[in-house]
Order: sequence, then C-alpha cells, then structure tokens
Amino acid sequence: MAHADLAASTEQALGGAPRKQQLIERLTAELPADIVLHADEDLRPFECDGLSAYRQVPMIVVLPSTIAQVQTTMRICHANDVPVVARGAGTGLSGGALPLDDGVLLSLAKFNRILDIDTDNRRATVQPGVRNLAISEAVSHLGLYYAPDPSSQIACSIGGNVAENSGGVHCLKYGLTTHNIVQIEIVTVEGERLTIGSSALDSPGFDLLALMTGSEGLLGVIVEVTVKLLAKPELARVALVAFDDVRKAGDAVAAIIQAGIVPAGLEMLDNPAIVATEEFVHAGYPKDAAAILLCEVDGTEAEVEEDIERVREVVEREGATEVRISRDDAERALFWAGRKAAFPAMGRISPDYYCMDGTIPRKALAEVLIGIGELSEEYGQRVANVFHAGDGNLHPLILYDANQEGELERTEAFGGAICRLCLEHGGSITGEHGVGVEKIDQMCVQFPSAELTQFHAVKEAFDPKGLLNPGKAVPTLHRCAEFGAMHVHNGELPHPELERL
Amino acid sequence: MSEHADLSRELSERVADAAAREAPLAIRGGGTKAFLGERAEGEALDVTGHRGIVSYEPGELVLTARAGTPLTKIEAALADAGQMLPFEPPHHGANATLGGTIAAGMSGPGRPFFGAARDLVLGTRIVNGRGEDLRFGGEVMKNVAGYDLSRLMAGAHGTLGVLLEISLKVLPAPRARATRVFEHDAATAIEQINAWQRKPWPITAAYWEDGRTYLRLAGAQSSVDSAIRALGGEALTDDGTFWQSVREQTREFFEGDDPLWRLSVAPATPMMDLEGPTALDWAGAQRWLRSAAPAETVRAAVSSHSGHASIHRGDASPRFHPLPKALMALHRRIKQSVDPAGILNRGRLYPDF
Repeated sequence: MAHADLAASTEQALGGAPRKQQLIERLTAELPADIVLHADEDLRPFECDGLSAYRQVPMIVVLPSTIAQVQTTMRICHANDVPVVARGAGTGLSGGALPLDDGVLLSLAKFNRILDIDTDNRRATVQPGVRNLAISEAVSHLGLYYAPDPSSQIACSIGGNVAENSGGVHCLKYGLTTHNIVQIEIVTVEGERLTIGSSALDSPGFDLLALMTGSEGLLGVIVEVTVKLLAKPELARVALVAFDDVRKAGDAVAAIIQAGIVPAGLEMLDNPAIVATEEFVHAGYPKDAAAILLCEVDGTEAEVEEDIERVREVVEREGATEVRISRDDAERALFWAGRKAAFPAMGRISPDYYCMDGTIPRKALAEVLIGIGELSEEYGQRVANVFHAGDGNLHPLILYDANQEGELERTEAFGGAICRLCLEHGGSITGEHGVGVEKIDQMCVQFPSAELTQFHAVKEAFDPKGLLNPGKAVPTLHRCAEFGAMHVHNGELPHPELERL
Repeated sequence: MSEHADLSRELSERVADAAAREAPLAIRGGGTKAFLGERAEGEALDVTGHRGIVSYEPGELVLTARAGTPLTKIEAALADAGQMLPFEPPHHGANATLGGTIAAGMSGPGRPFFGAARDLVLGTRIVNGRGEDLRFGGEVMKNVAGYDLSRLMAGAHGTLGVLLEISLKVLPAPRARATRVFEHDAATAIEQINAWQRKPWPITAAYWEDGRTYLRLAGAQSSVDSAIRALGGEALTDDGTFWQSVREQTREFFEGDDPLWRLSVAPATPMMDLEGPTALDWAGAQRWLRSAAPAETVRAAVSSHSGHASIHRGDASPRFHPLPKALMALHRRIKQSVDPAGILNRGRLYPDF
C-alpha cells in the first residue's frame, strides 16, 4: 500500500505551510481565485475516489474550465516541482485519483460539454468530464451509441475511462475504451498541449493513443476525447441459464465461444451472488443453482434469432438445468436487473465488501472459482463471485466488517491471494479497475523488475520529474523489495504501526 | 527449417552485444514489407528462425506465436478451427511473418469493423534495446496492469523492440458471407458507405474503385440475407478472390510507375482534388492514390482534412507523414527509453531515430 509514501509526504507538508501559501499566490496570480481551493472544508470532498478506504486531503484543488487554465496550472506546478493528480468524476475503484497532501488535485469536473457530434463519421468530441452515459444519450436520436459501458456509466466520466481503459459488460464483442476512441488532446506535465491520435483510423509514428489509454494519469492530463459511435443494434435478447455445477457453467462459456458465437455480453454469477441478488431484486434467478450465465446476443433481428437458438443448443448440451430466453425488452431488463444489482445486494448482507478485479483465461474459470472457494474457507471470509465470463474478468466480492478487529487485514490478504491465483492461471491482477494505489504491491508479483524498470523509463520520457500522479500504477523497485520481504516473513509484517488496507 | 524453434536467448544476446558496441541492427523477417518505410541501418538480425505457434486454444479466442512464424501457418491453424485473424493482414509475399505483420501494423479491408493489428494485440514478448527479454500484456482479453507497451509495438516498425512473441485475439470466421456491387461515383460512394454504417447492418468491408462500390456482408446467414434484401446491389461471384486482391494489392489499380500513396483520413472526408486515380478502402478511411504530384501537395491536401499521407510504394522521402515538432521530441524520448543506444531499426520510421 502507499502508506510509507504517504507518511513521507505528510512530514514534508508539515514543514511546508509556507510552500502551500507560496503556491496559492503563484496560482492565483494567473488564474481566477475562485478556481483555486485551499480551505480545508473545500478540499474535503476530494479526499477520496470510489475506493473510499483510502483518504487524503490534497494541499490545493484547482478547478479549471478551459484548456488554457489547465496549461497554466501545469506550468506553474512544474516550475515549482509540485505533483499533480488529475481527477474526473472520482468513481475509480483503485484509488487512481487519490490526492497527495503536498500536491495539487486537478479536477476536470467543469469540462462537461459535448463539443461536436459528427454524424457522417460517427464520432463525438467531448470534454473529459462528460459522463460516459451522457454520450450515448446525446446521440441516441441518431440511432448511435458509445459502446464501452462500465457499470458506473451513469456517473463516471470519459476522461477517467480513457485513463483507466475502462471496460464493461460488452467488451468481448465491442472492445475496451482503447478500441473505441480515435483522438485525445492532452496537456503535458510542462503545460504543453498535444494531439494524440487523429481523426483518421490511425496516425503517423508510434501508437501513443494506445500508450496513453490506461496510463492512469501518469503520462499527461486528458483535456479532450474523440470517441467512435456505433449503430445501435436492432435487437438484443438474453438467455438466463442455470447450472448445478460451476465446472459445467465454466465449460459452457468456452463452448459458446467455440460454437462461433460472439455474445454481446456473457456474465456469470455463483450461488452466493445469485442468492443475495435474488433476495434483493427478485429477478427470478433460481436460488438453488450453483451458477447462472446471462448470455446476451445482439444485432439484426434475424441474427439474434439464429444466435440465441444456437446458445440454447450449446448450453443444453453442456448440461444446463434450466434455460430461459427473454421474450421482450422488459424481461431482458429483468434478467439483467439481478446482475446489475449484485454490488448493492452485497451491501445488504454484509457491512462492507471489497471488490476484486482479476482476469484469467476462460478455460480456468471453474478452477479459479473453486480455488477462491477454498481460499474463502482458509481465510474464514465469505465471498460472492460475479464474472464478466466472456472476457475472463472476475469480480470476487469479499464480504467483511471493518468494525471487526482484523477483518480488514484478513480481507486484504485474501484479496492478494486471489490476485496470485489469477496470475498462476496466466491472468492479470486487474482487468478494468486499474492498479492505482490499491494493487500497486500486486504489480510486484505480476511483473519482474526489468519490466517495471522499463515502465519507469517510459514514464520518464513524458514526465522526467515524476510529478504526474506519483506513487500510483507502477511500484518502485524499492517498494517491491519491501513487499517481497513482507511475503518472506508471512504474517510478521514490518512496520506494524502502519495500517494496511 | 524446423517449424518450432525458440531463439529468444540468442536474439537477446545478439541485441545486448550490439548495444554494447552501439552497432545498429536491421531486424529482418520474411522481407515482404521491406518496401515500407525508410531503409534501416545496420547489421541484419534475422528473426525468421524464431518460429512456431506457442499456444492456441480456440475456446479462448487467443493465439500466441513466435515472431518468425509464417503468417500462412497461423492462418491455416485458425482456419482449421473455423477462426480467423480479424484484421486481415496483407501478406505482400509468401514469406510474411507474424512479427513483420505486427511491426508494420498493416490491416486489411475488415479493419474498420473488426479492428486493426494494434486492436487485436493482447500481449507481446520483446527484446528491448538493452537486450532484455520483456513481457507486456498477456493472453487475456482485459488487462490494465502497467502501460500498454504491447500495443505500442504494433506499427513501430521494430524501432521499439525485437518482437519475440505476440498474443492476438482471434475471432470465429463468419458463418455466411456475400458481396454486393453498386454503381456509384466517388462522392456517392462516400456518402452511401457512411450512411449504411449508421444502421446495424452486418458490414465487414467496403471498397470503391472506378465507379463501383463493393460491400461485404458477413455474419449469420439470416442476417446477411436480410441485408441483401434491404440494400440491393448486384451479387459478386467469387468474392473471396476479389477481397484477396484488395488486401494484397494485386488489382490493376495498384500497378504503374507513379508512387502509390496511402491516405489515412476520417471516413466521410470528401474526395480530394489530387492528380491521379484514387481507390477507397476501409469504408473510406484508407485511400490509395497513384500520383506523380509532389509530396508536399499530397500531404498539404490530406493535412487540411486532418489526415496523414505516407508513400506506400515508390520513391519519396520522408516516406511517413512528418510529425509536429513537440510530438517528434516525445517520440525521440520514448525511443530513448526503450533503446538508449538507438540500435534497433535506426532510421526505419523517421530519420530522427
């Protein structure tokens, strides 16, 4: 966790009150005073993002409304060696927008305008603070939509989506953020404005658009995004499929893919997730099933009819105990209601839950699910599993009570063990939530030091002083050495005075 | 030559040795795309011996192969399982390798609908300019751990690393396919192709040349049938051969002495007033121009539509569209970060590095 770093920066700030005052003066000399926030009550709302277990009040918040103001802020901070953390809607789940107490938090909340809708080219150019869903809503009357749909799409903003390379339920067929944008404007750490990508399908030189996407605010500040728009499918239908064995459900996922079907969405819930969501929203999920799959196919009417029947054939062959196919949009919405309520449903049965985000090859689904079950017994903590099964992206929800002595620590250790389990099966520690501060130690497990060193070298090409979102996404080798030492001593952690989340 | 050979160690050592001597290396695969880009300086580093499919499980939709693996072998393995490389990479010769294909970053007619080479890359194993054997990304569909250096390799022409292995997302081949032909002038074609895409028709390619639009429909049989009924057009028999000729540039259009330009623009960009014949691929987003017009004229016209132009075949320098100064400086720093001695395919992409 970032505690050692946080502790160090606290010390610096304690002796740094004049530094804060100085920076306020320099910022307000060139920016409107009302966009530079520095009173504690004004800073407090920015102390965390969607990962609320981590909190840190920033030194100063700047709320620019023009690109020129972003450039000015960056130029001043760069000249004064002040770190900057950019923030969109603050819905991130890995602490990527966690502020620094000796840094500026750059909120892009005022960048909330859709700048251009280009119907002919099926593109929309938007400011980074525009909400994901607002894009689809703005182009709906044209029969178009923006495909990536993270579950927080009502609230999350497109700038954050680019920074995290957000996914969603429909990635297998429609791709991640990286596949659905063509151009971004960034402001560099020095305050220079650059266009990355182009209005064409590619651009000359290196594919910097790919590099920027998912870079968690460490390489530049995104100030404009041009996204691709797709034609809305004519029809979508979803099959609700029950199994009496998770292994059969896992095999059915691979079998559907192998049958030549690319579902628009393919989700899986295990029994604890089924029971919790069913008691919450009454979507009609069979509570005695070991696992259910939700398999959605979309496209033209003819295609959907053909594909959904194939799905039925495949899952019946794979031993499904029940197959229900949505007859209309109302029933489709009902089938999805349970899945969409899975997270809040956990909130009803447990005081706290911790959402993990690993990916694995699809073939390992059943094995990993069984492995998580074993870990659950070992750690004595309940877990419910919700998967983007089509993508092999799992979201185990570990249930805990932060008020119980030691449960948080055990939950964290359990989470780390799940990450290692994913890696053992050839997967990744994060599929769509990002590393942020949350999984920075797990990065040491996923990547050897040569790769981490290469990441740092790339970061230096953009930000030689290391001022953009420092301490996130890529751990220092020093940190990994300490983390490794923590593992060797298993249970006897150094620095017991530090809380670990 | 054996179908399977792992030369990663030898290749890493060669690069480390060259780095120590600051001796440039010109990476060489099948040599089928040598005509692209500038001439790389240095000793040849042949990667064709490093070959073989490392893993392929159709249920995973992922294939991992060594860079020297012939593209034909990969496509044959996929076809056996009813799958395909969705970006339809042009081979431009029998010896095309997977590594060269990804390094060149070229994609065929399906590109606007299935994604480009870079979109399908899930992971790479590379040797950087220090001779270090590194892995980025992986074999999973979603992976946001670390910077996306694997996709960065696509289209970098070997300047950022020697590709050792590439993991790609693959897709089931469509169950049915048909191509319809329409008589259109260029302006109508651009308008019509873009209008079609505002509806969810199962379009997988659109090409225009010499007064005709060729529209490929693919997917479920019923879906293709209903699109044909709604969109009309004439049937094109043997359309597989036709799309192959577009992908491999074996059509008569691509012959001749004038330089062949590749113009990359937003798909609905109007026809530009440039000397010489134009063909439209990628549903209008990739345009081929055979023209003796001065490079500055072509580039100025394309730039005015926020696009870029590169010399595909023929002589002209620089071959790739010049970068703005600040962006070029960033490119040099990125290059420096992976290849401090500047030995990998020096000069291949831009004379600056």
